[in-house]
Amino acid sequence: MTLYSQVSSNKWKSFFIFTLFIVLITGFFYLIGLYYGDGMGYLAIGLLVSLFSSFISYFYSDKIVLLSVRAHPADKEEYFDFYTVVENLAMADGLPMPKIYAIDDPAPNAFATGRDPSHAVVCATTGLLQLLNRTELEGVIAHELSHVKNYDMLVMTVVSVLVGTISLVADWIMRSMWWGGGRGRDNDREERGNPIFFVLLIIALILAPLAAMLIQLAISRKREYLADASGALLTRYPEGLARALEKIGGYPRSMRSATSSTAHLFISNPFKKNEKGSWFTGLFSTHPPIAERIKILRQL
Amino acid sequence: MNTGIILIGVAVILVLYLVGTYNAFVVLRTRIQEALSGIDVQLKRRTSLIPNLVETVKGYAKHEKEVFENVTKARSSLMGAGSLQEKAEANNQLAGALKSLFAVAEAYPELKANTNFQDLQRQLEDTEDKVAYSRQFYNSNVLEYNSKVQLFPGTIIANMFGFKAAEFFAANEEEKKDVKVSFS
Repeated sequence: MTLYSQVSSNKWKSFFIFTLFIVLITGFFYLIGLYYGDGMGYLAIGLLVSLFSSFISYFYSDKIVLLSVRAHPADKEEYFDFYTVVENLAMADGLPMPKIYAIDDPAPNAFATGRDPSHAVVCATTGLLQLLNRTELEGVIAHELSHVKNYDMLVMTVVSVLVGTISLVADWIMRSMWWGGGRGRDNDREERGNPIFFVLLIIALILAPLAAMLIQLAISRKREYLADASGALLTRYPEGLARALEKIGGYPRSMRSATSSTAHLFISNPFKKNEKGSWFTGLFSTHPPIAERIKILRQL
Repeated sequence: MNTGIILIGVAVILVLYLVGTYNAFVVLRTRIQEALSGIDVQLKRRTSLIPNLVETVKGYAKHEKEVFENVTKARSSLMGAGSLQEKAEANNQLAGALKSLFAVAEAYPELKANTNFQDLQRQLEDTEDKVAYSRQFYNSNVLEYNSKVQLFPGTIIANMFGFKAAEFFAANEEEKKDVKVSFS
């Protein structure tokens, strides 16, 4: 697959994800509406909500993601190596200079975000910048810039915001059902309480986050291998990234600021196994195993 | 009647192909020029850092005249270089001269401790990387352009309008980036 077909496939994928999201949320609201006896009214609300959050996630997803991982802008003085490495590799790739952010977190990791190359953001943790030398950092940044160049970060960022929205909506529905269920009993309406709709609602409630997780899974694994390879093509030195991945993989603790809706953005899974509550993230692993990636890089 | 339509159709397609290919060549050629000026910016930045560096080193290591002369000479030949090949050669010469300058600096612990010197060294190393990366970008553009210009059927149109294959910016063997280890 050439770069240009990757770019257009990523744009189509984003479009598809938006459509799926809108259909999913609208359908969801419709079901609730049926349960409360006002299908069309809820459908309209669902359509509005999903269109609005699609709009927001296209134009502001990078800012939302940066906020949610608590990143701050990195200047050239303090982060000389980070800044210049991004500058140099963007130059080599013919990309405009991305904005640069740092996260105060000892766990080494990095990601790229933004809707297109001229709105790109590259973000690294302070742990990564301390742990890696310049050559290894070049490997990581080249990997991130290839995500930027082939529009991976559009799909990935949009997904992370939409997944966040879905879980928010699911959460809200769950609550309103809890409270609304009690109140509704006095109103004595006929449609509500229909067991079929109730079952449908429950199914939807379980399926929506699951579907969202699966989207996340489907889009991110192959992407990492591809970005590894084109990053290595950019630095002409696959060993740099291989060594960086070794160091990142060897770090024993999870990131503090990552969530399951932003996990797939990072160069390496921010959650480590054998930690409390991680069985769930393990179940929906978004990243190919690091050992496998290093092996492939060393064969290049 | 029918053959007329077919002929007109074929002619339209041919003209569209011609225009498309011509425009693609122009775009690629412009990109190469842009990439080339990117290299020039970095080379200029490099030459402008050098007088400062020489002054700083002179303050600690007065007797290494030969090294300073080599650096200054390489710098002025880089500034005077016109063609791509001259630039590539002068650039390699300067890289060699700078290498021996930094090797000399190793023998002067006070110089190495000077923050001004450290900053200059860091900036020069970064500029060297920038030269290498802008060259890489230039060369990958040349590769794309040249293969379009030289492959059939693009080559017919290239010949018609005088698009010639562009020149690569050659890298010095020893300057090629392989293992970069610093113990500082």
